Amino acid sequence: MKKKLMAFLLLASLLCAALTGCGGSSTEKTPEDGQTQGGSTGAVANEITVGIAQDLDDSLDPHLAVAAGTKEVMFNVFEGLMKPTSTGDLTPAVAESYTVSEDRLTYTFTLREGVKFHNGDEVTAEDVVYSINRCADTTDGTPLVEAFSVIQSVEAVDARTVAITISEPSNEFISYMTTAILPADYDQQDTAPVGTGPFKFVSRAAQDNIVLEKFDEYWGTPAYLDKVTFKIIENADSLVMSLQSGAIDLCSHLTSTQVAQLGDDFYVAEGTMNLVQALYLNNGEKPFDDVRVRQALCYAVDKQGIIDLAFDGYGSPIGSSMYPAFGKYFDEDLINYYTKDVEKAKSLLAEAGYPDGFSMTITVPSNYQPHIDTAQVIVEQLKEIGVTAEIQLVEWGTWLSDVYAGRQFQSTVVGVDASNMTARALLERFSSTAGNNFINYNNAEYDKLFAAALASYDDAEQTAIYKQMLENLTVNAANVYIQDLADLVAVRQGLEGVTFYPIYVLDLSTVRYAE
Amino acid sequence: MKYAAKRIAMLLLTMVIVSFLAFAAFSLISGSAAEIMLGTQATPEKVAALEKEMGLDRPLLVRYGEWLLGFFTGDLGTSLSYKQPVWELIAPKVLVTLWLSILSFLLIAAVSIPLGVRSARRAGGRLDGVSTALNQFCMAVPPFFTGILLTWLFSTVLRWFTHGKFPNLGTDLPGAVKYLFFAAISIAIPRVAMTVRMLRSTVLGEMQKDYVRTAISRGNDRSGVLYRHVLKNALVPVVTFLAQTMAEIVAGSIVVEQVFAIPGLGRLLVASISNRDYPVVQAIVVILAFWVVLAGTVADLINQRIDPRLRLGGDA
Repeated sequence: MKKKLMAFLLLASLLCAALTGCGGSSTEKTPEDGQTQGGSTGAVANEITVGIAQDLDDSLDPHLAVAAGTKEVMFNVFEGLMKPTSTGDLTPAVAESYTVSEDRLTYTFTLREGVKFHNGDEVTAEDVVYSINRCADTTDGTPLVEAFSVIQSVEAVDARTVAITISEPSNEFISYMTTAILPADYDQQDTAPVGTGPFKFVSRAAQDNIVLEKFDEYWGTPAYLDKVTFKIIENADSLVMSLQSGAIDLCSHLTSTQVAQLGDDFYVAEGTMNLVQALYLNNGEKPFDDVRVRQALCYAVDKQGIIDLAFDGYGSPIGSSMYPAFGKYFDEDLINYYTKDVEKAKSLLAEAGYPDGFSMTITVPSNYQPHIDTAQVIVEQLKEIGVTAEIQLVEWGTWLSDVYAGRQFQSTVVGVDASNMTARALLERFSSTAGNNFINYNNAEYDKLFAAALASYDDAEQTAIYKQMLENLTVNAANVYIQDLADLVAVRQGLEGVTFYPIYVLDLSTVRYAE
Repeated sequence: MKYAAKRIAMLLLTMVIVSFLAFAAFSLISGSAAEIMLGTQATPEKVAALEKEMGLDRPLLVRYGEWLLGFFTGDLGTSLSYKQPVWELIAPKVLVTLWLSILSFLLIAAVSIPLGVRSARRAGGRLDGVSTALNQFCMAVPPFFTGILLTWLFSTVLRWFTHGKFPNLGTDLPGAVKYLFFAAISIAIPRVAMTVRMLRSTVLGEMQKDYVRTAISRGNDRSGVLYRHVLKNALVPVVTFLAQTMAEIVAGSIVVEQVFAIPGLGRLLVASISNRDYPVVQAIVVILAFWVVLAGTVADLINQRIDPRLRLGGDA
């Protein structure tokens, strides 16, 4: 009896320890969570909850963040010297203006007066120098921002002036000045980020939510909303139910099926995702090292058929590594360079030595349903020309390491985005020496064109060269280009001001309740 | 005392083995935390630099040893993706999952035991076929499916709870429990069905035994015999089964949490595995292992109380 009692007591105390251990830490968390609750119960709370499908788990530090989903949210918190606009231009942000020297090598930025960080400190030339240097640092091999390798020096001329000198003239250098300006020597960006944007970071709960609040001392047009909570809901059904229940007011990147389930409480804003979705082919491996085989696949795939079947008609077909929102470079003639032609595809395959077709594997990251759906339609379409494709679903981490970094794949369906608003961001990767040329595209003509584009001083001339590069990709069938996915945003009735950008961001400063 | 010491040693040993297996699994799957963090911007140099910064370039056993040492000194380490102390990260979620598991368990025990006994008493009755079929059906329904139906009914149609707006456990416990209750129902349904079936067959089995016939022939009434003698014997395997259930509830809650958008351990575990965030995965795995072993131990103790003969085995 005594033994049993002892055992019971021991177990009970273990359980108690576990329980109180949890209790202790969670009560520490309560104050901030309590505020969250209090805010949302207010009768005229000027706030919204935005649903997002993934947590910001790469890094909250804007210089280290790489995931499109992370940048999309943090766009509201950080700004660079320059800032992208919804029309695809750049506008001065932390800088007020800039001048470029005669030899096009020195950029002199005059800082805007009265720009403050979320911690209340004013932005100084020191902070700008620190931020640029941090991204240009080459001690780890490549700098955080690759294009910063051309930077020769960054100097604070006076309290409000910063001069940046580069080694060779570049038309695109200014586009990279959207890199976030951070307070000098502040080392907690990854847990408590501080920027200059219209919203400031308040708190996060892993895999649950991220809370932003309006920054009252913002230099520009203030945000309309006082508070925005990002709620992380990965499960697609769950996301729809949270919209229906009223827990979420706004959610982007929905599928046509999800949108169809929403009731009258919502309207749908339609934009584009600004991704180049394609069946990317490993040009370095058989059979895709033969241009005829790649072209045969292009003739076999019907883009519009994919869009109609898997996306209910939402989506814009593309013909090269450029999406329509980039009007300056987008060439509509390339969309229908290859039209579906089964006979032609078959004869190309026969010419290349595959009269009976072949078998191939399409590797698709399992967390991106649109790409899986697309791959399924492609499999069916390829059957018509005798090619047997098999879909291999892999985890995102495996995709990154095997397909993207390791280049161990035959073909894959994904969407490639632009990290900033330049054609270079989309096209540099196909030059033969690019570290991120995961399809092993190797075309001497293309490399020559890219070198010419970089050296070009004249914007019109440069644009023309980029267009030739795009044509090169199409003609040589580097990949089977499909579409730029439609971005369907569910917005609760009464909310307005959702603005689309040519890059992957969600600007919340313009979102407001209708009067 | 010897028994308790043995049990605790077993518990620790299990946790160490499980944690090592989880740790080793990370070296088998491709993709490292650094590669995933760098995403499409990963280059071999950048990955190497980041791995060095996070200490991932050291051998597996060194890292495991360090983790184990930290674990026994109460330091679970820092999350690779969130840069926060692991305990701070998971503590609020442990509590949520614990509440969900306990609610589900109470629901299972409270519903299945009376129902099982009743079903045994009515065996061969007119509705027996119907209830057996219903039972079979409930067993086959996966919790995530019931979860979607329940959410649709109670959140979308009836608006009894707001899906996606989980109340804070610290400030609004009744609200949170109400929210969790619906999730608990979907976890409980197939488990209740299984427990009922099990109890029914063990009770019916006991009823065939000689001592029951003797007791009844001596003039005891049927239900008296059932509750005083039969149930005591019939419960032993059921308690063991319920302990296993406890472990499966935690596993089930990982799926159900996602359907109900509950910020519990499940979502964090899945995300941390895909991020190769091993300090977080290790901590959660150890907690789950502790939970499973604990449930088994409690079941043993309860069974010994019900049937004193089992005590001999424990002390031997």
